[in-house]
Amino acid sequence: MKTTIKSVLVAAALGFALPSAALAAGGKGKLLGHEFSFDGMFGAYDQGELQRGYQVYQNICANCHGMKHVPFRALADEDGPGFGEAEVKAIAAYYEVPDEEGEPGDTRPGKPFDYFPTPDAVGNPPDMSLLAKARAGGADYIYSLMLGYTGEEKETAGTILYENTAYGGYLSMGPQLYGDDVDYTDGTEPTMEQVANDISAFLMWAAEPKMVERKQAGVWSIAFLILFATLVYFTNRKIWAKVKHPEDHS
Amino acid sequence: MGTIPQEHYEPKEGTTSKWINDRLPIMGMMDHLAKFPTPKNLNYAYIFGGILVLFLVIQIITGITLAMHYQVGEDSAFRSVEHIMRDVNYGWFLRYAHANGASFFFIAVYAHIFRGLYYGSYKAPREILWIIGVLIYVVMMATAFMGYVLPWGQMSFWGAKVITSLFGAIPLVGESLKVWLWGGPFVGEATLNRMFSLHYLLPFVIAGLTVLHIWALHHVGNTNPTGVEVRKTDIETVKKDTVPFAPFYVTKDLFAILLFLIAFAFFLYFAPNYLGHPDNYIEANPLATPAHIVPEWYFLPFYAILRAITFDLFWIIPAKLGGVLAMFGAIAILAFAPWLDTSNVRSTSYRPIYRWWFAVLVIDFFVLMWAGAMPAEGIVPMVSLLGTIYWFAHFLIIMPVVGLIEKPLPRPDSIEQAFKQKHDIIDESNTAGGVAAQPAE
Repeated sequence: MKTTIKSVLVAAALGFALPSAALAAGGKGKLLGHEFSFDGMFGAYDQGELQRGYQVYQNICANCHGMKHVPFRALADEDGPGFGEAEVKAIAAYYEVPDEEGEPGDTRPGKPFDYFPTPDAVGNPPDMSLLAKARAGGADYIYSLMLGYTGEEKETAGTILYENTAYGGYLSMGPQLYGDDVDYTDGTEPTMEQVANDISAFLMWAAEPKMVERKQAGVWSIAFLILFATLVYFTNRKIWAKVKHPEDHS
Repeated sequence: MGTIPQEHYEPKEGTTSKWINDRLPIMGMMDHLAKFPTPKNLNYAYIFGGILVLFLVIQIITGITLAMHYQVGEDSAFRSVEHIMRDVNYGWFLRYAHANGASFFFIAVYAHIFRGLYYGSYKAPREILWIIGVLIYVVMMATAFMGYVLPWGQMSFWGAKVITSLFGAIPLVGESLKVWLWGGPFVGEATLNRMFSLHYLLPFVIAGLTVLHIWALHHVGNTNPTGVEVRKTDIETVKKDTVPFAPFYVTKDLFAILLFLIAFAFFLYFAPNYLGHPDNYIEANPLATPAHIVPEWYFLPFYAILRAITFDLFWIIPAKLGGVLAMFGAIAILAFAPWLDTSNVRSTSYRPIYRWWFAVLVIDFFVLMWAGAMPAEGIVPMVSLLGTIYWFAHFLIIMPVVGLIEKPLPRPDSIEQAFKQKHDIIDESNTAGGVAAQPAE
C-alpha cells in the first residue's frame, strides 16, 4: 500500500512539474542563460546597472518604445534606479507628453507624475513597461535578443526582417547594439554585453519595481512560517503522545 | 446533531454562554464542532479539507481588497492591475497571493478529490456529501476562469473567447446562448463586466456550499484510512475509535497548513509568475491571436479532453460538440462514483486489484495535464484521446467490474484495533483504549 501511494505521489510531482516546465519554456529560440544581479532569493537590483540601463533606454529604445505604465517618479525609487529629485525632474522634462489642457495633439515637457510617453513609431513596437514579464525567459530573453542577431536578413512584403537566435527566426526589429553605443556617465565601458545586461536589468525593474520589497518580505515570511511550523510540530506531537503511547502516560 | 453519539453541551447555570445558548444554540454548535468525534487514525491525506477552507478565506479577503482598486472596463482593467502592482501599498502581495492562491486552492482540491476516491469517501452514506463536493469543484472552476479574464491580458481575452465559444457548439440554442453570455456580438466590455460581477458572486456560493458540505460531513462522520466506520453504539465506544477534533486535529491540521503555506509562500514571493503565462502581461488585443492559447494549469486535463475529440461521435454528434460533452462529462462523471463503484469495501488499501487502477487514474490525470499544455500536434492528440478513453473507462467499466470480481484483503474489526496495531499499543484490558481516547477538557 505504502509503495503504491509513494509511486503515485512521485508521478504526481513529476506530472505537475512537466506541464509547468513546458509552459515556462514557451519560445522557440535559444537563450543565453545570463546571470543577473537580481537572480535568486536574495538577489536585488544594482543601482548603477539600472541607471546605466535607463541611459540605454533613453538613447536607443525610447526612439520607438514607450513605457505607459511607468511614471517618471518611479525612477527615484530607492530599490530601483534611485535617481535624485532634480535628475528625475530633468529626465521627465526631456520627454514631450500629451498636454491635456491644450488642444488635442498639443504636447508639453513631462513632469515627475507623468508616465513615459509612447513615441509615434512605425510598426507598432511593443510597450516596454511589462516586456520583461511578457516574454518567456524574462530578462534573459531580452539580453539574448540584444546579442542574438546573426547578421542574416531577408525581405518579406517590402519589410526587411533580421534573423535572431533568441527569437528563433526573423523579426522586424534590426540589431540595436554594435559596441560603443552609449556614453556611460559613470565611465563603465559600453561593451555589447554590458549594454545588453544593463538594459535587460532596467526593463526587469520597469516590469517588476517591487521585486526587492517582495523578496525581502518573502525571506521573513518563510523564516516565520518555518519557525511556527516547528513549534506546532512539537505541540502536536506532545498532544498526540497520550493517544499514541498510552503506556507512557498511564 | 449527527449520527455519531457525542456529549451534549451543558452550559453552567447563570453564565452568559447559557443565556445566549437558550436563545440561539450557537454555543452548542461551536461545542459540537470543537469536540466532534474524529477517527483517531486519519493520516496526512486528510489534511486538505482544512487547507481548502483556509484558501477560500484567503481568496475572499485578497479578492475583496483587490476589487477596491481594480477598475473593470476594456480600457481600464489592465491599467488598474498595473496600478495595484506599482502604487497600491502591498498591492503586489494582494495580487500575487490571489493569483497563486487560486493555483494552490486547486492543488489542494485535486489532492482532496483523489483522497476521496482512494478511501471511498463517496460511498454510502456519504453520496450527498460527495456530490456537494463535486458541485463546489465545478463552481470553483467557473470562478477561477472568470477571475483569469479580469486582468484583460491576451490570455484573459483569448481564453474567454475560446471557452465561451464552446457554448456555440450546443445544437439549436448555441449561437444565441453564446451571444447571451457575451452580452453582445463579441467578447468585449459587456463580457468583462459580467465576468467581474459573477467572479465576485460565486465565491459566496462556494462558501454556502462549503457549509452544506461540512454539515453533511458532521452528520455522517469522517471516513478514515481503514474504511471501517466509527462504531456508533454509545459514547464510550465512540471514544475508543475517535478523538475530539480539538485539540488533536487542530494542531495536526495547523501543522499541515503551515507546511502547505511554506510552499505557497515560495511561489508567491520568489516565483510569482511561474504558474502564469507571459502573454497575460500583454494587454488584450482582439486583432492579434497568441500562438498557443493555453488555459491555467488546473484546467489542462479537461482542456486535453476537450481537444481530444477531433471526430464525429456516433456519426451524429459533431466533433466540437463531442469535445464539449466529453469535457463536461469527465467532471460530471465524478458525481456518479457512488453508484458506479460496486465494491462493498470502502478503502482502496484493502482492494488489491482496484489499487493499481487507481494509480493509473492518477497518472492518467497528469498525462492529460501534460497533453493539455502541448500544442495539438505529433503524438499529443493520440495521447489526449487515449487519456480521455481511460478516464471514462475507469469510471464506467473498471469501477463497476473490479468491484464485482475482486477479493478484498481482510480489514480490521475496528478503528481502535487498527490504531493499536499501528502504534504497538499493548491491549491489556478494555480500559487501555478508554484512557487513550479520553477527550481533553
